[in-house]
Amino acid sequence: MAIFLTKESKVIVQGMTGSEGQKHTKRMLASGTNIVGGVNPRKAGQTVDFDGTEVPVFGGVKEAVEATGADVTVIFVPEKFTKSAVIEAIDAEIPLAVVITEGIAVHDSAAFWAYAGKKGNKTRIVGPNCPGLITPGQSNAGIIPADITKPGRIGLVSKSGTLTYQMMYELRDIGFSTCVGIGGDPIIGTTHIDALEAFEADPETDLIVMIGEIGGDAEERAADFVKANVTKPVVGYVAGFTAPEGKTMGHAGAIVSGSSGTAQAKKEALEAAGVKVGKTPSETARLAREILGG
Amino acid sequence: MDLFEYQARDLFAKHDVPVLAGEVIDTPEAAREVTERLGGRAVVKAQVKVGGRGKAGGVKLAADPADAVEKAGAILGMDIKGHTVHKVMLAQTADIAEEYYVSFLLDRTNRTFLAMASVEGGVDIEEVAATKPEALARIAVDAIDGVTEEKAREIVEAAAFPAEVKDQIVAALQKLWDVFIKEDALLVEVNPLVKTGEGRIIALDGKVSLDANAEFRQADHAALEDKAAANPLEAAAKAKGLNYVKLEGEVGIIGNGAGLVMSTLDVVAYAGEKHAGVKPANFLDIGGGASAEVMANGLEIILGDPEVKSVFVNVFGGITACDAVANGIVQALELLKSKGEDVSKPLVVRLDGNNAELGRKILTDANHPLVEQVDTMDGAADRAAELAAK
Repeated sequence: MAIFLTKESKVIVQGMTGSEGQKHTKRMLASGTNIVGGVNPRKAGQTVDFDGTEVPVFGGVKEAVEATGADVTVIFVPEKFTKSAVIEAIDAEIPLAVVITEGIAVHDSAAFWAYAGKKGNKTRIVGPNCPGLITPGQSNAGIIPADITKPGRIGLVSKSGTLTYQMMYELRDIGFSTCVGIGGDPIIGTTHIDALEAFEADPETDLIVMIGEIGGDAEERAADFVKANVTKPVVGYVAGFTAPEGKTMGHAGAIVSGSSGTAQAKKEALEAAGVKVGKTPSETARLAREILGG
Repeated sequence: MDLFEYQARDLFAKHDVPVLAGEVIDTPEAAREVTERLGGRAVVKAQVKVGGRGKAGGVKLAADPADAVEKAGAILGMDIKGHTVHKVMLAQTADIAEEYYVSFLLDRTNRTFLAMASVEGGVDIEEVAATKPEALARIAVDAIDGVTEEKAREIVEAAAFPAEVKDQIVAALQKLWDVFIKEDALLVEVNPLVKTGEGRIIALDGKVSLDANAEFRQADHAALEDKAAANPLEAAAKAKGLNYVKLEGEVGIIGNGAGLVMSTLDVVAYAGEKHAGVKPANFLDIGGGASAEVMANGLEIILGDPEVKSVFVNVFGGITACDAVANGIVQALELLKSKGEDVSKPLVVRLDGNNAELGRKILTDANHPLVEQVDTMDGAADRAAELAAK
């Protein structure tokens, strides 16, 4: 089962012929992902060889979907072109678009999010500025390293890439159903709540780890959702207790504005919803381990 | 990036939002000529990126050019809530009949834009929102449809602006939306938007915040940056393309990935509670690559911070391989030494993930007297805090 991504997923890569796209397509193939095509209007009709696997290049997402039955696209195009790449994916009604590109202007994210809504939300967007998602042992859509963990029964949703990797590695002996990196931008597609809802419904997930950080109120809303809708145990971690007010900490969305968006408020909201919150990533991993009786 | 009032005024003027004439100066004497140009009288306004300057004495009316020189002299150099006044704006005087509030901003929660408007402007709008929420209209603005005349009318009706100024405010809102969209702003706020005695609508004071991620299509925005106010270490880091934020503390931090670095700061602060209360000295994310050059640039900035007593390098190798990071550290230390830099502060290194054992072996073999390895993040944070407390 897992969520959003399985071994049945047929994946295309927008921007596959660029340097980042090539590097990560190779990695995704190596971790077992079924990559069925790439998109580049100037290289349509060509194929790209990845260590013996020939991947065809299509002129557009729609053609690629029609030719291959692809249901996932991973987007690596540069930030200037990302908005139009996502809109193309939405127009093709592909069920899942994973936007890896970082440094996207908020007006562009707001525009493609609004566009997805107008088109009836047929395309789930993950990201932007995220590492993508992985269902270990089945499929990997994005840049998450596949070999630091194994398949298992923990579901992970996180705003941060490296903290995702850290957690996957700390709990590698137990393993993960799916790990979703949702990104730390001010406007993102898939949220903590979307992933929590899917993990709750997934029979192959026994426990959920959610990682948040300063900025916005996504964690507070996720806490409300957990309280009302989640029966599985949830363990949390929040980064940014020491972040000063008004400074952006790496991620465009990681900023404490006045008294809102603080790590302390997020931790308290999660704890009030019955989520066990670790003080450090390692302590968070320990809490998950204790609950699972490992 | 938050702008000064005069920069916001200039952007408003560029997009035909009605504003008063105004010029910015940084010496008292310059006030004379500007005030003459403005018709002999002027409002002298401190340019600081903090609210409450009026109450702090940062806004004064000058009756004539000589008075403007005196008032500018009194305000320049003033400290307003920790911000030193380096510039003042001289603006035309206005005959204010009423004060309103309008803004456009990003609504993260609903993943769209928001218009806010109130007939109760000129005061702290957060207080209005808290004490009289019904007086502050909030209207969602679709990112694709934007502020059409129809949307502007909806905002004006919701805020219940007086009938005689409705058309003018509808026009002003559409111009302000141009500022918001065309300048890639995250916030455009006018407080107050005034009605003058003659019934004209004017944006008297404005706050604009711009999206740094939009620099690729906003070449003019780099010039709006307040380079003088930037911390010298932050400025040096920016010049090297590093994602660095200076904090008050003793443990220098280098890590990969924004979330992991934020977490590292927290873990160090937590460990510091047991070691004389030492704190993290900075945020520094060296990102994916972690080449020797990037590592050297990062170490150079951090070792150049006189407050730093120890350094914690915390890397989780996801895509980055730890052996490359270890080589980067060794080469960076050599590079800095050969440049004559003072390399005398202890480094605690924690490498985990992809090729961690190889990376650890490289550091063990290099046997650098300043480098110490600890296998876990919590343990390494504790050691770095302990060294900084010595």
